[in-house]
Amino acid sequence: MVDAIVFIVSAIIILGGAVGVIFNQNPVHAALSLIASFFGVAVLFILQEVHFLALVQVVVYGGAVVVLFLFVIMLLGVEEIERFDDEPIPGQRAAALIGSVLLLGVILAGLFLSGPGGNRGAVALTGKPSQMVPLTTDPNVVQLANDLFTRNVFAFEATGLLLTIATVGAVVLVKNRGGEDLVVDEPGTSVR
Amino acid sequence: MGGHPFLADGVDFGDVILAVVLALVALVLTLVMTMLMVWFERKVVGRLQNRIGPNVAGPFGLLQTMADGMKLLFKEDLIPAKADKVLFVLAPFLAVVPAFLTFTVVPIAGDFSNGGSGSSTLPGFLGSREFLWQVADVPIGILFFLAMSSLAVYGIVLAGYGSGSKYPLISSVRATAQAISYEAALGLSLAAVFLVSGALSTNQIVLNQVAEGYGGFNFTRWNVVTTGLIPFIVFLIAATAELNRPPFDLVEAEQELVGGFHTEYSSFRFALFFLAEFMNTVTMGGIIVTLFFGGPSGPQLLPLGAFMGFIWFFLKLMVFLFIFVWFRATLPRVRYDQLMDLGWKVLIPISLAWLLMLGGLQLVRSGDLSFVDSTSADLVIVIALGLAIGLLGYAMLNAAIRTSRSERLAEEGLKLIAPKSQDSESLAGHQTGTTQGGH
Repeated sequence: MVDAIVFIVSAIIILGGAVGVIFNQNPVHAALSLIASFFGVAVLFILQEVHFLALVQVVVYGGAVVVLFLFVIMLLGVEEIERFDDEPIPGQRAAALIGSVLLLGVILAGLFLSGPGGNRGAVALTGKPSQMVPLTTDPNVVQLANDLFTRNVFAFEATGLLLTIATVGAVVLVKNRGGEDLVVDEPGTSVR
Repeated sequence: MGGHPFLADGVDFGDVILAVVLALVALVLTLVMTMLMVWFERKVVGRLQNRIGPNVAGPFGLLQTMADGMKLLFKEDLIPAKADKVLFVLAPFLAVVPAFLTFTVVPIAGDFSNGGSGSSTLPGFLGSREFLWQVADVPIGILFFLAMSSLAVYGIVLAGYGSGSKYPLISSVRATAQAISYEAALGLSLAAVFLVSGALSTNQIVLNQVAEGYGGFNFTRWNVVTTGLIPFIVFLIAATAELNRPPFDLVEAEQELVGGFHTEYSSFRFALFFLAEFMNTVTMGGIIVTLFFGGPSGPQLLPLGAFMGFIWFFLKLMVFLFIFVWFRATLPRVRYDQLMDLGWKVLIPISLAWLLMLGGLQLVRSGDLSFVDSTSADLVIVIALGLAIGLLGYAMLNAAIRTSRSERLAEEGLKLIAPKSQDSESLAGHQTGTTQGGH
């Protein structure tokens, strides 16, 4: 019973935040709604007894990703009012509708067909560790580490490499190539 | 990984009452400690500057903070015309709430001697419940602290942007960059503690540091020793930067930015920011004590049981609060680019390298990795390898920094010259391509 109440409340928060992101006219307010949404997801993670993921969600998404969003919004001065009547790419709304129907189909397929023996369908996808046939009783972090560094190590390393490439690329792209009007803020004493 | 003893199976009305009482106690404790911290700082800074500090309001000036708070309450509350009202009103609360929340995972008392687990039992007429001397012992306590310190950034960001004026915006952008840079170093030194303790829950971390032998005075199990000294030092520096305390307080640099992100705030909203900063200081001190210095554990010098733990916690906390105030009174402010350099080019590489070496040491200690058949020889090999690779990495990093700096200066027609002597270093650091000397 408590589970159902917590789920409903956090679902309302998540959906409310998502709606806020879409319909808010001020981009900073939209970013704040996004944070609310992430918090709702964190609560759902705790409901599923994966506390580690819940806090990593808050730290990474809420504490870093949205902060960088806010950086960009504040420094680039995004316009506050957006027009919702434009359709830049013809047919994009129809394509979005079809895409969301397909996504729903994928989710339903996962709900009914997934999972190894013992935990089938909805239980595998949404069940709590204490309700499922236990595969292991290690703490969250140990399970994640075991999975990440043995079965999925290739994907893990590839992701790390991708992030490094993105960082290096960003630095290269903004490097100023010999511009004449270089405003230098160089204090006279920083030679070490 | 443990959990709060009274949430083991089923939660009933008494448990809820206990939780509410613990939360109230934590609230009152944080507020009182914040008040005392403000007084303590003003007195100690005053003494270090050869003056007395507040001594008018109450005995020894103890009520000065309350007097200031009441003054701020009675001031006019204004919202600038160009301010974004939602953000302007929300920001102080976003600064205060994480400070409160972090304190919920800090254990403030408890009897850890003779293998005790730090939990106490309520007397029979109250239901004989077992409880820990912290509001909650979540299985991922330390990560909760990291999450809350990530959220504290929002108070500053939104305050600066929502004020609608230049100086707060500049200050909040600088503060955000500072906070997220030092969060990485904070997290990496936390990872070192986690690696050595094998647990994220604060109660478990304290339990792993309880002294064995020497009548309880054996401090070699404290994490500051078992992780090597480096993670503690990195954590202390990163914590000072996260708190926006001097020497990293260019966020509120009064001499440069009028007031920084809280320029446009007055009365109670300003009081909330002020409160948040000092509350964060107290909480961060508590976290340092818990993570590195054994928290409330200590020998039972007086037979007071759990309350002796509180005395130890308080004493250790006072040491760190004094260190923070000492930093304020003695160190000059760090410049922004020096601060960024310190965070990215010094603290993060050091903590990362140390973490890798600690990982190697843990493998050797647990017997999963051995080059030769004796553990001590393995330890020496791992440490030697670690130091060699660390020095190599440091040399490469240094070379990269020097190369990029000289290339950047060469682009602008400036040259890097080595400082010749102490007094000419500050004036003739750069020389332009023409022969017009430095500043």
